[in-house]
Amino acid sequence: MRHTQGYPFPGLSTSRGTKPRRRIAAAASALLPLTLAGCGGRQSVLNPHSHPAGDITNLFWVMMAVAFGGLALITGLLVLAWFRRGRRGFGADADDPHPGERQGWWVVVGMGVVFPLMVVTALFIVGNGVIIGVTQAPAASSTAMTVDAIGHQWYWEFRYPGTKAVTADELHIPVRTRVNLVATTADVIHSFWVPELNRKIDTIPGRRNRILLYANRPGVYRGQCAEYCGLQHTHMGMLVFVQTRAAFHAWLRGQAAPAAAPTTALERRGEQVFLSGPCSSCHTIRGTSARGFVGPDLTHLASRTTLGGLTIPNRRNYLARWIVDSQHLKPGNQMPNLELGRAQLRALVAYLESLK
Amino acid sequence: MWQSRPGVLGWLMTTDHKRIGLLYFWTTLVLFAAGGAEALIMRTQLMQPNQHVVGPSVYDQLFTMHGITMIFFFIIPMTTGAFGNYLLPLMIGARDMAFPRLNALSYWIFLGSGIFIYTSLFIGMAPNAGWFDYVPLANAKFDPGHAIDFYCLGIIFNGISSTLTAANFIVTILKMRAPGMSFNRMPLFCFAFLAASWGLLFALPSLTADTIFLFLDRNVGTHFFDVARGGSAMLWQHLFWIFGHPEVYILIVPAFGIATEIIPAFTQRRVVAFPLVAVAELLVVFIGFGVWAHHMFATGMPTITVIFFAAATAIVVIPSTIQVFAWCMTFITGNARFKTPLLFIAGFIFMFVAGGLTGIMFLAVPFDQQVTDTYFVIAHFHYIIFGAAVFPIFGGMYFWFPKVTGKLYFELPGQISFWLIFIGTNLLFFPMHIVGLEGMPRRNYTYPAGLGWGPANLAETIGSYITTVGIVVLMANLVVSYFRGLPAGPDPWHGATLEWTIPSPPPEYNFAVIPKVSSAYANWDYADREEDRRKLAAGVMVLEQGHEQPVSSPVDGWWAEIVEMPHDSPWPILLGLALAVVFVLLLLHLWMGFCFAVAGILLVLLGWHGEEPQESEA
Repeated sequence: MRHTQGYPFPGLSTSRGTKPRRRIAAAASALLPLTLAGCGGRQSVLNPHSHPAGDITNLFWVMMAVAFGGLALITGLLVLAWFRRGRRGFGADADDPHPGERQGWWVVVGMGVVFPLMVVTALFIVGNGVIIGVTQAPAASSTAMTVDAIGHQWYWEFRYPGTKAVTADELHIPVRTRVNLVATTADVIHSFWVPELNRKIDTIPGRRNRILLYANRPGVYRGQCAEYCGLQHTHMGMLVFVQTRAAFHAWLRGQAAPAAAPTTALERRGEQVFLSGPCSSCHTIRGTSARGFVGPDLTHLASRTTLGGLTIPNRRNYLARWIVDSQHLKPGNQMPNLELGRAQLRALVAYLESLK
Repeated sequence: MWQSRPGVLGWLMTTDHKRIGLLYFWTTLVLFAAGGAEALIMRTQLMQPNQHVVGPSVYDQLFTMHGITMIFFFIIPMTTGAFGNYLLPLMIGARDMAFPRLNALSYWIFLGSGIFIYTSLFIGMAPNAGWFDYVPLANAKFDPGHAIDFYCLGIIFNGISSTLTAANFIVTILKMRAPGMSFNRMPLFCFAFLAASWGLLFALPSLTADTIFLFLDRNVGTHFFDVARGGSAMLWQHLFWIFGHPEVYILIVPAFGIATEIIPAFTQRRVVAFPLVAVAELLVVFIGFGVWAHHMFATGMPTITVIFFAAATAIVVIPSTIQVFAWCMTFITGNARFKTPLLFIAGFIFMFVAGGLTGIMFLAVPFDQQVTDTYFVIAHFHYIIFGAAVFPIFGGMYFWFPKVTGKLYFELPGQISFWLIFIGTNLLFFPMHIVGLEGMPRRNYTYPAGLGWGPANLAETIGSYITTVGIVVLMANLVVSYFRGLPAGPDPWHGATLEWTIPSPPPEYNFAVIPKVSSAYANWDYADREEDRRKLAAGVMVLEQGHEQPVSSPVDGWWAEIVEMPHDSPWPILLGLALAVVFVLLLLHLWMGFCFAVAGILLVLLGWHGEEPQESEA
């Protein structure tokens, strides 16, 4: 069973667990769209899954109610003026150049100065006195672990300090754990943003900005670069997989390990293609001689569900197409279209697919 | 009295503020059409998920040029250049701006900078890093080629024009008011333009410095923004927004000024709480200089800094609420006639309040950090910029059309155009709030299906088409009215200010007799107007010895002296041309040629300061 909600392409399962778990995960993911239905998709400010995002959303609903009240008041005044057209002042002399001036002053001072001062003061205290404490950069000591998010043109690199794990576009964190996310950039300014978990934080050259990442329950949350960063800013999405602690640690152990050696003859040929061709000059596969750092680390490519900043699903035919024609799928991205023979491509895809 | 030189040469050499205003008007309309076309292409692209009307490279140029065009080449030149130039001297009872040749120079520089920056689009090298042009994306490393050089030089070039205009307005408002028009008797329109001009004068240097730094970084090898060599990427953002936020008020305050002239005319009532509104117009620009960093809340500034700017953002709300309630109370206590101009002002109040209320939300820093750089922000500032700046411009076009052309526009098509534009813009911009809350970021050339963003985007695109139809109806109405409209007479609306005391269209010298002023609503002071007529008949206060103009004291508006003003002059257009050559040479890195061109400018300036034969004292 599959659902498509939140993915940029149809028919992709969100669960790529280990085999025995797969069925359960698939069943769970089939239920997920039901719970999310009507909540506005999976990158929605209005569908929070953590206390910081939840506080912001609640604040928004209150502000929206007040704002509609204000808009209704002004609209009401304009409509009142339409009904009163042809009448001047409030029972005042029609020839007075300033009919109703005194009442006007009362309204202007009362509604134009005193009332808005009260409203903005209340909003200021709630927003910048109370809620900001939840959303601002967390004290490092209050967090259980750190993840480095590094923005590149145009993908996200995620590192787990203390381990060798490096991944791209797909970030895993344990559920109900305070994660200290450090956002930096390898080139231009990007912005790390997973709206259902917290507000955004820009990646500024020369700075280490931090934000709290926390999720109330397991699930997959979509995020996207929010600061214009060039030609393919559009395709710089990310997924946050929130897992139980046990599942997360199992995943992290797997990611920290070097790449699996190829087992079949086809995969071995594919590894040869990778290491002898242009691939290894830009990509790293830990455990091999490939040490490039222009593109994402591909050590565990097959454990990812998506490719190219959520541009396409990570499936055999898409992967093959990406290798030879990424410039069509994501015009202007840093990877050139590779000219490979049919057999070479088949072997290369088989090898990459084996990198679980 | 004098007359303008006939023919094309007369227009090229004119220093008449009305002719310059009209030149600005037509030029900015062309640029408005260009910026609108860019927006329509973007909306067509985003109508549905995964569409590819244009590729990412073209799309990036489109949204960058749309922003640059609408801000620097439409709203500022339309409000200050066209409305301000044409109307401000008329409202203060002057015969021209304080510096007529400088005024002409402003226009020719503006025209040159518009052609300069649009050349980039036609050769496929338009700026593509956003109108905000953040580094390092705009550095030579990430954006080689000439696109960003066009941006830097175009902005500096255009900034010269705005600076000259602003200085000219300030001196004109302070020194050229008709005797008797003390500061407190100035129409609110003039307060608004005074505020906007001070704003421009103080905000632009920051942007000019910023773009000069960037140009040097890209072309000379300096390191202002190069983090690896000790520069700072944040420096660009701070300097940009120190200009960029006052800029927002510079855009809308002149529109407030237009509103405060239309409202009295169509309610036949002086604006409620006049002194408060006048102070609010000045205050909003002043406080607007202290809020710039609220554009940068997501950059990871220290919490204490963020809270300071949030507090400033809270305070800047107050001058705006004062004005909104003053306008509403004037509507209510006056006798409102909902003709087309007043409909646009009512629509403007609605849009401004809607956009202002979402603006207040941004003072809650966590919420700002959540929705900044999404379509929620686009919705917010388009309600402000389209709703609060462009609506009054449209209203003002209808309102002063009879004064400028001497013809009445057609009322029914006028009202139809209002409702089309009002419904269209709301359908265009309101769903952007929703799609922004659903997580759609800005500056994406396409978006995936399955995130629920499709329906809102479709509605927005339909709204953009309706808005376009409305604007076409508006323009067609004005064009047809120009040829077929009924004669308007000097004062079709029973307007409040001095421009309605003179014939439509106004003669070259504006006022045959220097008018007497004893309130901010001079045309309603019937005794004063009667006295003007008596003086004209008796030949008192006529000043007919050439191109003469009285100058008064800045605060009391007291009679000071009579000055001789310059007439037609070839130097402004020549200087504008020389400056254009300088900027083209800079773009092409022709440094020797650049030195020669600067020498040429010095020669033109010599001519400028020489004696000129004064024309036709008919």
